Amino acid sequence: MAKFIRIDMGSRTAEIGACPEKYAGLAGRGLTSMFIADEVKPTCHPLGKYNKLVFAPGFLTGTSAVNSGRISCGAKSPLTGGIKESNSGGSFSQKMARLDIKAMVFEGLPADGKYAVVKVDKDGVTFDEAPAEIMGAGNYDAIRVLQDKYGPKVGVALIGPAGEMKLTAANISFADPEGNIRSAGRGGLGAVMGSKGIKAVVIDDAGASAVPIAKPEEFKSAAKRFANALTTHPVTGQGLPKYGTNVLVNILNEAGGLPTENFRRGRNEWANNIGGETMAATIEERGGKTTHGCHAGCVIRCSQHYVDKQGKYITSGFEYETIWALGADAAIDDLDAIAYADREFDEAGIDSIETSVAVAVAMDAGVIPWGDAKAALDLIKQIRQGTPLGRILGSGAAAVGQMYGLTRVPVVKNQAIPAYDPRAVKGVGLTYATTPMGADHTAGYAVATNILRVGGFVDPLGKEGQVELSRNLQIATAAVDSTGMCLFIAFAILDIPDGFNALVDMINARYDLSLTGDDVTALGKTILKAELDFNRRAGFTSAHDRLPEFFEEPCPPHNTVWDFTDEEIDSVLAF
Amino acid sequence: MHITVKCYATLQRFQPTGGEVFALREGGTVHDVVLALGIAPEDVAVIFVNGLHAPMDKALAEGDRLGLFPAVGGG
Ligand code: SF4
Repeated sequence: MAKFIRIDMGSRTAEIGACPEKYAGLAGRGLTSMFIADEVKPTCHPLGKYNKLVFAPGFLTGTSAVNSGRISCGAKSPLTGGIKESNSGGSFSQKMARLDIKAMVFEGLPADGKYAVVKVDKDGVTFDEAPAEIMGAGNYDAIRVLQDKYGPKVGVALIGPAGEMKLTAANISFADPEGNIRSAGRGGLGAVMGSKGIKAVVIDDAGASAVPIAKPEEFKSAAKRFANALTTHPVTGQGLPKYGTNVLVNILNEAGGLPTENFRRGRNEWANNIGGETMAATIEERGGKTTHGCHAGCVIRCSQHYVDKQGKYITSGFEYETIWALGADAAIDDLDAIAYADREFDEAGIDSIETSVAVAVAMDAGVIPWGDAKAALDLIKQIRQGTPLGRILGSGAAAVGQMYGLTRVPVVKNQAIPAYDPRAVKGVGLTYATTPMGADHTAGYAVATNILRVGGFVDPLGKEGQVELSRNLQIATAAVDSTGMCLFIAFAILDIPDGFNALVDMINARYDLSLTGDDVTALGKTILKAELDFNRRAGFTSAHDRLPEFFEEPCPPHNTVWDFTDEEIDSVLAF
Repeated sequence: MHITVKCYATLQRFQPTGGEVFALREGGTVHDVVLALGIAPEDVAVIFVNGLHAPMDKALAEGDRLGLFPAVGGG
């Protein structure tokens, strides 16, 4: 019987019950978003007593399906003020699934303001005081201390100093199988976890049995077809493993959509120095790892271990968006410097996208000079130190813009716009504008079709076809985010129909269902509708679905502008 | 005429050793450049000419900037 665990941080008690009927057919983002929409008061303060934090593995998590180990975290976001689902790799989710835990809900506020470590295993839930040595410490050390205490194999979800300070860009970090860090990065969920007095959640699946599969033979054959799609598609089979997501720097630069110097232009002269090709060559030369998976069972392995000149580990999960934001948007033409910044984000437990865009905004405000790597790192380190400026930076791009009186602040619903200029990649601009998550490329990754020519082609500079593209991708993504699958499987299943069919077949075989592709689309729509409805009840209107007005300025080299009408934007999610 | 050509990701090894400037007959196409560089046309997934998506048979002009990519993705 699937378990549904409610943990009250006020009384430090847990109630382990059967999964309520209405959530039985949900998982991942579907579950977290429906739950938040049902139980969280939309007008509540995100750090107050009415907010709840929920973790849920996906439909296929814990099975032998490749790439199925992602976790969804949901709450009302302190950054956007709307509903949030943020997902992550790491080994936590698979352990939850093996313990047959459909969801873990954290409610209430600590009576004494103290931080706890919540321990979950087959016998239930226990609470310990957070060890003093990890309070205020960097996340790498904190994970080591926790795995020394609770066992080297336990899954860990934790907040860093940023979450303890309840900064609106604080993330939730998850230990990967080697004790390194992955993050549910966006939307400030680390602040929510901090408000509930949770320093960490550790999960031990010792003694758990294998995830039950209703039809093992059918599952096995579908899983094989699915894995086959991922390994044969050139993006998931070759490009991502070899270069990581950072392969995108050069292609966005060629396309004129690589936002440079706080979105002043879409191309720069130094892009190749920070691109995936240079990064892979550097890692190889120094003896790092060019490919690595963020959880067991990932066959795409887009992650890597970036090392210093002596071959010593600096960071992993070194993603395009972070490298873009510091390397192009903040003009720091130095991969090593960006790697140290990425490490510091992980240590502090803060969203690397939000904070990097905030650094570029701080440069635009004259706080530090453009492209100054040392000044940027010093600034980022102030987050952990808790200085006033560090706290402003850790509150995101919009906060920095507001403190310094700028209008050129690239955010939607207060969340920083990532890595793809909406004037040169118009499909993803519609996603930024309309997703209930606040500006988020992953919510409907039209870059695939606009730039990468995956899943068809829609001209990035024109308006035609973009509304439908963004809508369809947002619906499909809401569904994929419910499966526990890494979103990068989409590259393969957009082009290889049998890959998509195999995904549905796996879900059917796991639960003895007979879902069709149409049911999957219907699920995606149901999730989005619930999220939009939450936001409406929280006070959002279509006026919040607009890009900042500086996108009316032409973006070189194509000199295109953001030119969708309000009606066009509002039609994206009108279904 | 001369264009600049840039080969990325797995096509990087076909980048002419002499640099990015590439001599081409008048009216030459992307396909001509691809063959001259020794790249199998089916390995080219995305072509940019001056930052715009272009087909393989696109005729090039003096000073054009050509970018050649295999299938890549990320996000
Ligand atoms: S492809 Fe990358 S993000 Fe996706 S599961 Fe693998 S390592 Fe994690």
